Amino acid sequence: MSGPLLQVDALTVHHGQLCAIDDVSFSIDEGEILAVIGANGAGKSTLLRTIAGLHHPTSGSVLLDGQVINALPPNRRVALGVSLVPEGRRLFSSMTLEENLQVGAYHANPGPFDIKRVYELFDWMPSRRKQSVWQLSGGEQQAVAIGRALVANPRVLLLDELSLGLAPIVIEKIYALVPDIIAQGVSILIVEQDVSQGVSAADRVHCLLEGRTSMTGTPAELTSEEIDRAYFGAGLSSTMPESGAAS
Amino acid sequence: MIWLNIVIQGALVGGFYALFACGLSLMFGVLKVINLAHGDMAVVAGYAAVFLAPRLHLPELWSFLVVVPVFALVGYVVQRTLIQKSIDRDPFTTLLVTFGLSVVIENLLLEVYSANGQTVNIGSLIGRSWHPASIIYVSYVSLGVLAAAVLVLLALQLFLSKSGLGRMIRAVADDQEAAQLSGANYRHIFGIAAAIAFATVALAGIAYGMMTQFAPTSGGVNLLFAFEVVVIGGIGSLWGTLVGGIALGIAQQFGAHINLSYQILAGNILFLLVLAVRPQGLFGRKNAVS
Amino acid sequence: MSIALPPVAPRRSLVVRRSTHSPALTLVGALVLVILLTIAPWIVPAQFATTLTNFFILVIMATMWNLLAGYAGMVSIGQQAFVGLGAYATLYFALKGVNPFVTIPLSALVCAILAVPITYLLFRLRGGYFSIATWVVSDTALLIIGTIALLGGGTGRSVPGLQNLSPSETAHFSYLATWFVALIVVTGTYILLRSRMGLVLASIRDNEVAARSAGVNVRAARRTIFIVAAAGCGAAGAVLAISQPFVQPSNEFNLQWAAEMLFVSMIGGLGTIEGPIIGSIIFFALQQTLQQQGVWYLIIVGALAVAIALWLPRGLWGAFRARFHTELLPVGHWVDQLGDDD
Ligand SMILES: Nc1ncnc2c1ncn2[C@@H]1O[C@H](COP(=O)(O)OP(=O)(O)O)[C@@H](O)[C@H]1O
Ligand SMILES: [Mg+2]
Repeated sequence: MSGPLLQVDALTVHHGQLCAIDDVSFSIDEGEILAVIGANGAGKSTLLRTIAGLHHPTSGSVLLDGQVINALPPNRRVALGVSLVPEGRRLFSSMTLEENLQVGAYHANPGPFDIKRVYELFDWMPSRRKQSVWQLSGGEQQAVAIGRALVANPRVLLLDELSLGLAPIVIEKIYALVPDIIAQGVSILIVEQDVSQGVSAADRVHCLLEGRTSMTGTPAELTSEEIDRAYFGAGLSSTMPESGAAS
Repeated sequence: MIWLNIVIQGALVGGFYALFACGLSLMFGVLKVINLAHGDMAVVAGYAAVFLAPRLHLPELWSFLVVVPVFALVGYVVQRTLIQKSIDRDPFTTLLVTFGLSVVIENLLLEVYSANGQTVNIGSLIGRSWHPASIIYVSYVSLGVLAAAVLVLLALQLFLSKSGLGRMIRAVADDQEAAQLSGANYRHIFGIAAAIAFATVALAGIAYGMMTQFAPTSGGVNLLFAFEVVVIGGIGSLWGTLVGGIALGIAQQFGAHINLSYQILAGNILFLLVLAVRPQGLFGRKNAVS
Repeated sequence: MSIALPPVAPRRSLVVRRSTHSPALTLVGALVLVILLTIAPWIVPAQFATTLTNFFILVIMATMWNLLAGYAGMVSIGQQAFVGLGAYATLYFALKGVNPFVTIPLSALVCAILAVPITYLLFRLRGGYFSIATWVVSDTALLIIGTIALLGGGTGRSVPGLQNLSPSETAHFSYLATWFVALIVVTGTYILLRSRMGLVLASIRDNEVAARSAGVNVRAARRTIFIVAAAGCGAAGAVLAISQPFVQPSNEFNLQWAAEMLFVSMIGGLGTIEGPIIGSIIFFALQQTLQQQGVWYLIIVGALAVAIALWLPRGLWGAFRARFHTELLPVGHWVDQLGDDD
């Protein structure tokens, strides 16, 4: 394949009157990890949900292998290899751990991941596969949510705020999986509010501020001051009123 | 002995109520739609058994073999067209549309088949019963309907928990968006759920016609009972439906025992009591009550 | 309210108006209409007066149903409970020697009082479950009334106190009573919706969660509306019992009342004052023309209502209004810009 795997082109998304994503463009190559960082309300979830097909762009497009997929519903995008681990995990609450994975596997693409492989990745799972998911801890639930997306064998995995509400040690364990997943040829788009987490794992970083791109670059070339400015908006104290554009 | 008989007769009719209610419960659980035409669909199935099955040289007793699959198909189509369209608007519209359909169906039946009562003719089976003790008569038809109800619930339970498609239906019921992100085409899943609901309500309608007379206006009162069953048993619980059905049946038999005109009133009062004391029902999760 | 405003330049002045045309004109028109409708029974043929009575009974019910569903988001299919209770309250008071016409406000009051405990039960359920539960309440009321021998049990009883009037007097007076009740109900609804309550309801309709977090007591607002609608339907039941003075559970508590209220409001346009009135006109026109064809008018009206719910959700009046930007009885506000261009 010559071009990028996933491309977002001049994407603009509205929630009613509110412009949540404003003219954002980027792309991800095969096997690459891109981190999108931004403060709460910056539009990160909206971006991922639009890529997954849960929101419709006002203008601009989402391309996979150079093909515009704007019109496809979420399930068709899963079939093409775009899987989202949604914010808040969103497990099926009436089901057991294993049933959650089985749902993920029902429309799976062929590929390296299956339930057995997920059980190898998370060795605590097999002994607890018959438990209801609400009996699991937050970190365990996050693992199930990742497993449920992985068994579909995505080509690009969209991860929305994996670390939200989890203890640092648990977050570390979950991020330790990223190399394993990449090794299977999966690209990853990480969304994080926690800057250090996103930046350390990624090949490239894309920062959103009130729906707009405020900075892009590789972790190596960005200083933490630059990141702070992109993350919180320039000169926080002096030009406060100017930042009201998105609201 | 009188009390035992009340319980037995209540449980028998409760089986029918459960059969009637499980489709309503499934539609609500998965689509979050209350089909106010549910009762009228059952009546249509009854008319189909009486008027259409004989044209296929099928005994009315076996008419369900044709009517039930046809209803499943109709359920899928109606869901993918009318009901889906109203869901896409808002939940409010689904109520208006299904209530409108209910009135239209009822009056069309009145125009076409008149207000005369009909029964599904099952020959001599109708009068036969098992007579285990002095005043207790267990009608074979009621027993058969109870057995059918238990079988249907069992089959549904197995399907929903063991099959991939069944799990997808539960996934959509739990979290529609997350199910889509797992590859589910939720409209198709909605269609399947509606097909199952229509199939069970067709079976219930035919069973009703075997047990008693029905007319175009029978749909309303049956919807009412089905709804009471679902609330008493607990919204979204399959086995709660059976328990709710039996509880309603027993309450009605008890009311009828005091005074024949209290039969339905007793059921309504049980319903209102459950609503006042335990609004999530006997087995329910708390998601339909505010 | 989702009136899309043009981008407003800061220093321009805005004018907020209720209506798109002169209020004086509306007032004169309304006065002429009121006078005409008040003298109608003396200028139209007798059987047409009866039709007009039935028409205004439907207008009352539909206006109340529209208040419930169109403004407060409660789809009740059990409003016939209050029609029936109102009719039976009138029967009861008349049996106690009260002049039937005097019972109308009393019956409305009885229904309002009965509605209070009922809301505490019904408001435990949401959406469709709320809807069917309203029906259970109505069915229960029907069954309980049917056991009371004084009120005629299941077979019914005539309302006393009207026998000393001639048939044409009965027709005229019951028309006048119905028309005045309709006038009060429609104007009352109009005033209610222009009051603070109207704003509260609009905020709930736009975004219930936001309204709640802004301090709106959603439940109390809904309860008030439910009680008002019960009173209105009770008054409709009372005039029904006077104009058709044989009161019978299966007639007064008929589900068909709910069906007609719903169809008429939907066809005319939910969430507008004019909608239910226009819907009632269409309903009666169809009913009168299809009189010979049995229940076909109901089938057609039902199918029309379903189609409108799916394809024209603001109803005929809503669609008309959106196209021509006109309102006869405005409850919202229009914001105009006094630009440099005019
Ligand atoms: N479904 C929605 N409806 C309306 N507004 C929304 C919706 N989802 C998000 N928003 C708004 O869009 C903006 C971006 O939200 P989101 O994408 O969730 O940001 P993030 O994930 O970066 O915290 C916020 O102002 C939020 O309030
Ligand atoms: Mg987010």
